[in-house]
Amino acid sequence: MVDSAQPRDLLRFATAGSVDDGKSTLVGRLLYDTKSVLADQIEAVERASVDKGMTTPDLSLLVDGLRAEREQGITIDVAYRYFGTPSREFVLADTPGHVQYTRNTVTGASTAELAVLLVDARNGVVAQTRRHAAVLSLLRVPRLVLAINKIDLIDYDEAKIAGIGKEFVELTRSLGFADDAVQVIPVSALVGDNVATRSDETPWYEGPTLLEHLESVPVEGPDAEAPFRLPVQYVIRPRAAAGAAGDDLHDYRGYAGQVASGTVRPGDEVVVLPEGHRTTVSEVRTADGPLDGAGAGLSVTVLLADDIDAPRGAMIAAAADPPEVTSELDATLCWLHEKPLAPGARLLLKHGTRTTQVIVGALTSRLDTETVSYIDAPDELAINDIGRVSLRVADPLPVDPYARIRTTGGFVLIDPPTGNTLAAGLVGDPLASVPAAI
Amino acid sequence: MTAPAQSPALDALDALESEAIHVFREVAGEFDRPVILFSGGKDSTLLVHLAVKAFAPAPVPFPLLHVDTGHNYPEVIEFRDSLAARLNLRLEVARVEDYLADGRLVERADGTRNPLQTQPLLDAIAEHRFDAVFGGGRRDEERARAKERIMSLRDAFGRWDPRKQRPELWNLYNGRHAPGEHVRVFPISNWTELDVWRYIKRENIELPSIYYAHEREVFRRDGMWLAEGPWGGPRDGETLERRSVRYRTVGDGSCTGAVESTASTLDEVIAEVTASRLTERGATRADDRLSEAAMEDRKKEGYF
Repeated sequence: MVDSAQPRDLLRFATAGSVDDGKSTLVGRLLYDTKSVLADQIEAVERASVDKGMTTPDLSLLVDGLRAEREQGITIDVAYRYFGTPSREFVLADTPGHVQYTRNTVTGASTAELAVLLVDARNGVVAQTRRHAAVLSLLRVPRLVLAINKIDLIDYDEAKIAGIGKEFVELTRSLGFADDAVQVIPVSALVGDNVATRSDETPWYEGPTLLEHLESVPVEGPDAEAPFRLPVQYVIRPRAAAGAAGDDLHDYRGYAGQVASGTVRPGDEVVVLPEGHRTTVSEVRTADGPLDGAGAGLSVTVLLADDIDAPRGAMIAAAADPPEVTSELDATLCWLHEKPLAPGARLLLKHGTRTTQVIVGALTSRLDTETVSYIDAPDELAINDIGRVSLRVADPLPVDPYARIRTTGGFVLIDPPTGNTLAAGLVGDPLASVPAAI
Repeated sequence: MTAPAQSPALDALDALESEAIHVFREVAGEFDRPVILFSGGKDSTLLVHLAVKAFAPAPVPFPLLHVDTGHNYPEVIEFRDSLAARLNLRLEVARVEDYLADGRLVERADGTRNPLQTQPLLDAIAEHRFDAVFGGGRRDEERARAKERIMSLRDAFGRWDPRKQRPELWNLYNGRHAPGEHVRVFPISNWTELDVWRYIKRENIELPSIYYAHEREVFRRDGMWLAEGPWGGPRDGETLERRSVRYRTVGDGSCTGAVESTASTLDEVIAEVTASRLTERGATRADDRLSEAAMEDRKKEGYF
């Protein structure tokens, strides 16, 4: 049971894996074993399973929430699940596994601090595993778990499981993951081996269960060394009437936003971009009062020493280490929409709190996710393609390389006539360090 | 990717609060006419509290909208009005009973008015030209809601199309919409019922008294304790009894049940929610039991 009084931290993680590797069962098992599925939900699943003529409850019905999903027995879209244990709360981005749905992996991975990648123990590391690992590396998900599932179907064969684990660690090493960022766990989601309880069938396995690992893995708090960035969301100006109780607020002008990276403290030298005016932070506060400092992820209001125009869309950044302000971007795009991208397209780009027009230049290369190497310039990017492009933006943008700062290196592309989100964009080439072939 | 020196991560409630405040400020920055759906229930009261924190010391720059089924608990309506007055927020009320009176809607055979809220809601959105509508929906409530985006486009008919949802990446929300369309916004998507109660305790947020155990005349129907009221109860064979109960959700009186409880303080409520083997909707909302996809179907029509 959850100790409700104790402050706990929050781990956001995502699942990835192909269609038949048992992902829904694993998610169902995690929810079930952490007592996050309540009696009425189980009853609803049992009722629906009986209606479908099944003799045992179909646990995938716990997670497939849409009519079309139940009718077709597939998962269409990313869903978010919640569970908690005494030590931690979890937000799980449960992504569909279809090969063509790289876009769902991208969506789930964008906010994940950890990803659980599933493989079927009978098949080991397959092309889909390499593809997903490459996407997770590209998106800079800090930690990976390889869940080798269905170990009951290979008679808990230690040598075979060790071989899969070794191959995966070599793969992730080549993608830039440190060994201590990768954990391999043999499980059977169906039976419950090593998910929440240790299996008697794997006495040779000395690592944690999946749940133990999720509970104990360090949550990637903000990078303490990263330079300060605050996209200005909204300017708070109370404009209290003279003589009223709030008269002292007459000159109040607070720049509200969520700290994207680094830390801000009163007295810090900052620069307001893209104009480049320099000033000092006079106060950092929330509705609860002034703060000594604020780190990444916190929504705050910053007051500046000088009367500088910093409207929504501006960025307040550490004066000593500001982002590059540029109208020309080289970026990696994950194309998410059925409508393909061709050079010359005029789109909208949302970065931080600023939306600006953009013209797509040359498509320089496309990632072959099979081999995790870039291949020659394509004519277009189709849905689920990942490729490098050059972009020209109408207003100069303060950007960091995505490989350095996830929050200020990411952007989305939007289709002006429909408003659809077309692409996830990563400033620079986050896979640059990866060797040409894996 | 060796991890550099890290600062401690935010406490879960701080992280959820910061995310919700971020969403409020994005909407204030990008939309012309937002509104907060406010029923006086715990989730919408939490929304208003978060909105106050997002814009302090300035006032909340949005009005409130209540879709009133006419089947209310008096304590909740009093609470609704006093909160709006205290914060000096404009409160619009769209009344289902106006629609019943002139025949635009007809009473359902089962007496529930929850599904009847959709048309007054959509009409109010059109009449006031609201372009962003905040709701207290959470993804942990129901399977269809688990698929809901934080910012979710509704077409000119108010409909949700789960197959055409925009991916949400990082914290970059896309609120683009054509004239006549609007966006539903769910700042507390990632909260669970227990998060809500723990935060209410942490922030000392006042709620309508019916969330805490009290004695009430109730009768049993479909495994729930319903209060006596103008929605038709008790019927033949149903008898009123005096019980110690409290409410886990506040909705239309015809389909919102009470749970037997002696939890009269926040700590007792939190302990009870922690130990409960039923979800709040499963325990007390008849409208979600209408079919396997009751919530999804209503959302597709424009309901929250």
